[in-house]
Amino acid sequence: MVEAICKEIELQDDYLNGAIIESIYFGGGTPSLLEENQLKTILKTIDRHHSISSEAEITFEANPDDISPSRLRMLFQNGINRLSVGIQTFDDEVLKWMNRAHNSREAFQSLEWIKQSEFNNFSLDLIYGIPIATHKSWEKDLKTLVGFEPPHISSYCLTIEPNTVFGRWQQKGKLNEASEDYASEQFYILTEFLRKFQYEHYEVSNFAKEGFHSKHNSSYWQQKPYLGLGPSAHSYDGKNRQFNISNNGKYLNALKTNEIPAELDILTTEDRINEYLMTSLRTAKGCNLLYLKNTLNYDLLRNAKPQIEQWKNSGLCILEDDILKLTLRGRLLADKLASDLFLVN
Amino acid sequence: MKNIRNFCIIAHIDHGKSTLADRLLDSTQTVNEREKMEQLLDNMDLERERGITIKSHAIQMEYKLNGEEYTYNLIDTPGHVDFSYEVSRSIAACEGALLIVDAAQGIQAQTISNLYLAIEHDLEIIPVLNKIDLPGAMVEEVSDQIIELIGCKKEDILHASAKEGIGIAEILEAIAHRIPAPTGDPNAPLQAMVFDSVFNPYRGIEVYFRVFNGEISKGDKIKFINTGKTYEADEIGILKLTQQPKQTISTGNVGYLISGIKVAKEVKVGDTVTHVDNPGKAVQGFENVKPMVYAGIYPVETSEFEELRASMEKLQLNDASLVWEPETSAALGFGFRCGFLGMLHMEIVQERLEREFDMTVITTVPSVQFHAFKKDGEMVKVSAPSELPDLGSIDYLEEPYIRAQIITKEDFVGPVISLCMDKRGEIKNQVYLTQSRVELTFHLPLAEIVFDFFDKLKTISKGYASLDYELVGYHTSNLVKLDILLNGDKVDALSAIVHRDKAYEWGKKLCEKLKELIPRQQFEIAVQAAIGTKVIARESVKALRKNVLAKCYGGDISRKRKLLEKQKKGKKRMRQVGNVEIPQEAFMAVLKLD
Ligand SMILES: Nc1nc2c(ncn2[C@@H]2O[C@H](COP(=O)(O)OP(=O)(O)O)[C@@H](O)[C@H]2O)c(=O)[nH]1
Ligand SMILES: [Mg+2]
Repeated sequence: MVEAICKEIELQDDYLNGAIIESIYFGGGTPSLLEENQLKTILKTIDRHHSISSEAEITFEANPDDISPSRLRMLFQNGINRLSVGIQTFDDEVLKWMNRAHNSREAFQSLEWIKQSEFNNFSLDLIYGIPIATHKSWEKDLKTLVGFEPPHISSYCLTIEPNTVFGRWQQKGKLNEASEDYASEQFYILTEFLRKFQYEHYEVSNFAKEGFHSKHNSSYWQQKPYLGLGPSAHSYDGKNRQFNISNNGKYLNALKTNEIPAELDILTTEDRINEYLMTSLRTAKGCNLLYLKNTLNYDLLRNAKPQIEQWKNSGLCILEDDILKLTLRGRLLADKLASDLFLVN
Repeated sequence: MKNIRNFCIIAHIDHGKSTLADRLLDSTQTVNEREKMEQLLDNMDLERERGITIKSHAIQMEYKLNGEEYTYNLIDTPGHVDFSYEVSRSIAACEGALLIVDAAQGIQAQTISNLYLAIEHDLEIIPVLNKIDLPGAMVEEVSDQIIELIGCKKEDILHASAKEGIGIAEILEAIAHRIPAPTGDPNAPLQAMVFDSVFNPYRGIEVYFRVFNGEISKGDKIKFINTGKTYEADEIGILKLTQQPKQTISTGNVGYLISGIKVAKEVKVGDTVTHVDNPGKAVQGFENVKPMVYAGIYPVETSEFEELRASMEKLQLNDASLVWEPETSAALGFGFRCGFLGMLHMEIVQERLEREFDMTVITTVPSVQFHAFKKDGEMVKVSAPSELPDLGSIDYLEEPYIRAQIITKEDFVGPVISLCMDKRGEIKNQVYLTQSRVELTFHLPLAEIVFDFFDKLKTISKGYASLDYELVGYHTSNLVKLDILLNGDKVDALSAIVHRDKAYEWGKKLCEKLKELIPRQQFEIAVQAAIGTKVIARESVKALRKNVLAKCYGGDISRKRKLLEKQKKGKKRMRQVGNVEIPQEAFMAVLKLD
């Protein structure tokens, strides 16, 4: 696999048009299986085909149960400078319910090791909206979390997708998705809590101390080009998106014959406008009307002024200096509101 | 001319008209092996999907008998009550009719009503007992019913199975022998009656006609008597499976005409075509249609009003029973008040507008036409709740009543009667057609039967009931106007005129239904039903509090954009009234109140 990925790097070396690489992210799937020499090979190959900025954010995704002092040392020595750890919760009952491989003891242990390590930039994932949890247990999780002073936090609401274990449970009536009211209350608890601890709520699910925004995540919302490597990885060249095949075997075979097994998703201007609306409205930076006008040639106010006025009046958004931003209440409805502004034929 | 036979096939729905037409076309080799398919003449997608005939279809066959060559013009007709106007127009172009009766089902309501139409026009009737292959065929019993109904001899009844191809040769032969050739004078001035038309985007309007006197040739200068417009007959021909151009169509025959007419309004079904020089008189066309139900049709996009008008004009060419005039709604803007022959007709019109003309429309709550008598003696016809005069000025209201003929099995008489009573009906007559088959006659308010009555009737009779009805007049009734308010604003398109005794239940159910159908928005929506200023029912659509996916990185973006685009497209089928988005189905919700 690593060989194939390196081959992909080689074949795709002009995808980013020689741009300087600002961030690298090892994630999605099982980077924990990656051994030192493999990590070295990949980073070396990237370096050979691209110029990596000296300031680049290089993140490695990990679960609490695959963190150890030696592993941390190895990652740091090989140039990783940021960790993203899937803590989810410190509640053992919930961890078990969610079928997580780790328990709370491992979570605490891993965090202590990280604190003692050379990593000063790390992000912790926390999950809420769990039907069997309560507001009280949620607050407790948050308290424990900030105790470790993570510079960055991502917090996601549990969603139940059709073809998953939870989906089947739900179908069988074994599980009820948390009510909208419960989930939104938890969201307010989260934002209020982290605000008090000086985290900036810079995107619906992302919070950071000053200077610790994730460069990598932010680039997705700013329509910056990126190159994804490996099975089911996706890339974006600033115009179109492409998806690698998800089947490992087929991926490997294709690369053996020097082919990129990717499917192209051609984005029309409307698609790009819609994507910008959808992603930018989730962020604290908001949607820049001048960017829309100048880059995508779309005058939002001309098309949707009454709609936006109505939102403004009901406290869902603010419009200032050509920037449209959602309020906290608005962000909870970001999908609905973005879709209302969408262009479709 | 002596070898021309013009005939139609009439029957109750599903008795086998279209299947028999297939067999006749096969036997006369009008269609070849490759073109063959079941219910071939039902060529509209909608007809094929629903398995019913909506339009009459004309087709010409050649038939040889004892060395003589015959020209057969066949018109297949729909069976459902809502399309009886199609049937009556076909009948006017014919000298004879094959009356098909399903041997397992016997005489049904539309067997009778279509038969009467044919008799009124002096058509020669050839009774055909179809589906004799079925194990449940009751040949003797149904033959007796037929004899009693039309007073024919037993040996006049042909036995057939359209499905198995039994008895087809006998039918073809009987047509030649029993149906009279058309009469008419080939040397007289031209009189050709338009019985149908269709809009063809490439060639303009195609007109289907039957020549009663004289003849028409390619290149003739012709005139439509009713509209007074003149054209040149660019192309004329006969209707085979496809059109076949001819030089001349002579007296008694059926054909099509293309003369570059682009404006839908210039063609009226029932009009007479004649020559500019030596013109003939108009032949008697058809009676004007009497719509049973009225509803507003509005474009979903207000800007598409003119486009909708053009589409309706084109559709009207092919559906002469559709009538309409412009109207304005406070909630929906500019649209049309349309008259339909029934709910199925209304549904078909809406679907055809969408499919054939790509128009997304909203249909408002259907209503019958009421009569409002004002204190000053004036009578106002009210076919939409908004047309109701100020209550203070009204003396009394009348609603239309129908006489309904229901044929069912003895076992279901009880349930049928109680259904009709529940619908404010009054039983007028009860006749045993045979030992186990009963014909019931009721007087009922039309408003009670146009919506879901027929479905209910079918359910309670396990399918063994057929219904036919006609208007019989107006009666005073205790009616009220029920309004629906969304967030305090009256939505005129959702108002209805209902009987006072039923207003409360109607309001309650409608509010519940709207609560289900109106998508949640970022604010709460109050749904209220009111009579005058008195609110009689209320519900609320809770505010949407959370609608955001947690993750939005890389590949999520495409997936999610597509999802939200779908959502937005769904919204295009909604109409914004005030700040509330109302989906298209909500306007029809009243039809599905239980
Ligand atoms: N068994 C049997 N079924 C038939 C016969 N003729 C028609 N059908 C079936 O009856 C149904 C209705 O036929 P169709 O021609 O569409 O009836 P229409 O509504 O009168 O045009 C179809 O499923 C036919 O296949 C017949 O002679 N025997
Ligand atoms: Mg049919």
